[in-house]
Amino acid sequence: MGKTTTSASISTGLAKLGHKTVVIDFDVGLRNLDLIMNCERRVVYDFVNVIQGEASLNQALIKDKRVETLYILPASQTREKEALTKEGVEKVINELSERFDYIVCDSPAGIEHGALMALYYADEAIVVTNPEVSSVRDSDRILGILQSKSRRAEMGQDPVKEHLLLTRYNPDRVEKGEMLSVADVEEILAIPLLGVIPESQIVLNASNQGVPVILEEESDAGQAYEDAVARLLGEEREHRFMSSQKKGFFSRMFKGG
Amino acid sequence: MSFLDYFKSKKNTRTASVAKERLQIIVAHERGQRDQPDYLPQLQQELLAVIRKYVQISDDMVQVEVDRTDSHSVLELNVTLPEH
Repeated sequence: MGKTTTSASISTGLAKLGHKTVVIDFDVGLRNLDLIMNCERRVVYDFVNVIQGEASLNQALIKDKRVETLYILPASQTREKEALTKEGVEKVINELSERFDYIVCDSPAGIEHGALMALYYADEAIVVTNPEVSSVRDSDRILGILQSKSRRAEMGQDPVKEHLLLTRYNPDRVEKGEMLSVADVEEILAIPLLGVIPESQIVLNASNQGVPVILEEESDAGQAYEDAVARLLGEEREHRFMSSQKKGFFSRMFKGG
Repeated sequence: MSFLDYFKSKKNTRTASVAKERLQIIVAHERGQRDQPDYLPQLQQELLAVIRKYVQISDDMVQVEVDRTDSHSVLELNVTLPEH
């Protein structure tokens, strides 16, 4: 669905603007953020090691090689999911919040323990959705969980601030009536739109090479992520890449764009 | 694909509106259930068991719902009896 791709790009985007940012992989057993961020061969200790006191945060944090103020906390591959306890996660997040401006939690798919832990301490949530029936339905369920099971909900505090990020969007197919439109998804989920990431070969190329898409600054998907990060920080930006670009004769001939 | 198939297939590709309609219905239904207390399914089963001591009814003939307003909650119980 694009959660890990999005976590990589949002955290890289925040760090690029000078904010001290750490991104945590909550997908215990199926770690992948390290691969998307191109640091898979530098993982020594992980999130669960830190929770269980086998390594310090400093030992487990991986400094990104491209962006100065960005760190990655990888997930464990071998442990049981239950190794993430509420108390353990809270301890790590508290310690991180003393050093970082932003903590990005990359949630695993589904509504099981790992996803619950990733959202529990959240102040804001970016719900990554594809314009596809099962994805939209799952997103609505996750919104229900954010509204009832997060710490903010349990403590009766202000609710978690929700954002909708639509990925793999194909304006051509929307225009032909083959794909749900941004407006359709917004109407069903009824949460504010953070951004629309167009479906693009660039996204696959970037993950093949371990480059967060946002660093592909020339590409539409990269720019769409950059806009989303700016909006997350409160800036107002017009939405782009939502309508199909009419291709000229030559670009159609050569399948350009 | 033959020439005729081209026109036939065009008809079935505008499926986004179907997707939207189906989603609106299922999401509304699931949101309604989400706000219901956890004990409702069990309550429904036990009510069914009691009523079945006297009348034979099927599972969907007992509907239990909770309506919440600011000041109070109403437990709404609907039992449909079979026709004679």
